[in-house]
Amino acid sequence: MRIEDIIQELGITVFTGGTLLQRPVRGAYVSDMLSDVMGRAKESDLWVTMQTHKNIVAVASLKDVTAVLIVNGGKPDEDTLALAESEKIVLLGTHEATFTVCGRLYQLMERDAMV
Amino acid sequence: MSGIGSGITGEMKEMTYAFPIEGGDFIKAGHASSNIKKILNQLSLDPAIIRRIAVAMYEAEVNVVAHAYRGSMKVFISPEKIRVRVEDEGPGIPDIEKAMQEGYSTASEKVREMGFGAGMGLSNIKKNTDKLDIRSTINKGTVVEMTTFTKPKEA
Ligand SMILES: Nc1ncnc2c1ncn2[C@@H]1O[C@H](COP(=O)(O)OP(=O)(O)OP(=O)(O)O)[C@@H](O)[C@H]1O
Ligand SMILES: [Mg+2]
Repeated sequence: MRIEDIIQELGITVFTGGTLLQRPVRGAYVSDMLSDVMGRAKESDLWVTMQTHKNIVAVASLKDVTAVLIVNGGKPDEDTLALAESEKIVLLGTHEATFTVCGRLYQLMERDAMV
Repeated sequence: MSGIGSGITGEMKEMTYAFPIEGGDFIKAGHASSNIKKILNQLSLDPAIIRRIAVAMYEAEVNVVAHAYRGSMKVFISPEKIRVRVEDEGPGIPDIEKAMQEGYSTASEKVREMGFGAGMGLSNIKKNTDKLDIRSTINKGTVVEMTTFTKPKEA
């Protein structure tokens, strides 16, 4: 599955990395605690969080996650957006709450036998 | 805390990098680690090993930001291992064993809202390094020294 497939199916906003949407998504991890993500997320996961500050870019790039999906209509700050663009990190957004978007994501991944 | 020697002598080439770390600057936290990761990416290392080092560096860097006043990160890169030394001026850690326990954190509510303070940083460092040495002096500071071997261990 690619980021663009998820965007299409779930009606997601692209904040940064519009040219990188062919990147593969192999799984997902959901957490708002950064060292939990550092410890447990896997490479090429989609990381779902409500955090919007600049540090999410560092975590995403150090862990090589495929993209960060910000829930609840959260918007990254200007400096987060700038850093994400320069670090080639895909930042996505949805107005849905974590439970809802992850439920839909899970269905999608189940359909593709990813979970 | 007395200084320690480089520990590596007689090696062909060792590259050294140093970055300052500012206490309390959460927005910049991770900056030093990201820079080092870019350097490691240019060497022909196993990406999984680079990620392990990246996790350990980040956690040690963020601990200086979250818990100390100021510090530095030094990275020594040689063909067989990456050694990272993070040193800070700060309150020190009274009980290192307790601090290592997953879930133990003294982070403030404000810091937790930003997603720090799960109490997982030190155990992430432990899990992602081959050698770890933490020394701390109350009201003075902490030294975290970690080594990761660049070649996967033979099974
Ligand atoms: N450099 C340091 N100086 C002083 N105290 C520290 C330092 N590093 C860690 N500690 C102490 O050890 C505790 C545990 O550290 P650890 O990194 O495991 O968790 P945390 O930093 O609180 O949260 P997390 O890393 O999950 O965001 C800290 O809450 C703090 O009390
Ligand atoms: Mg920590």
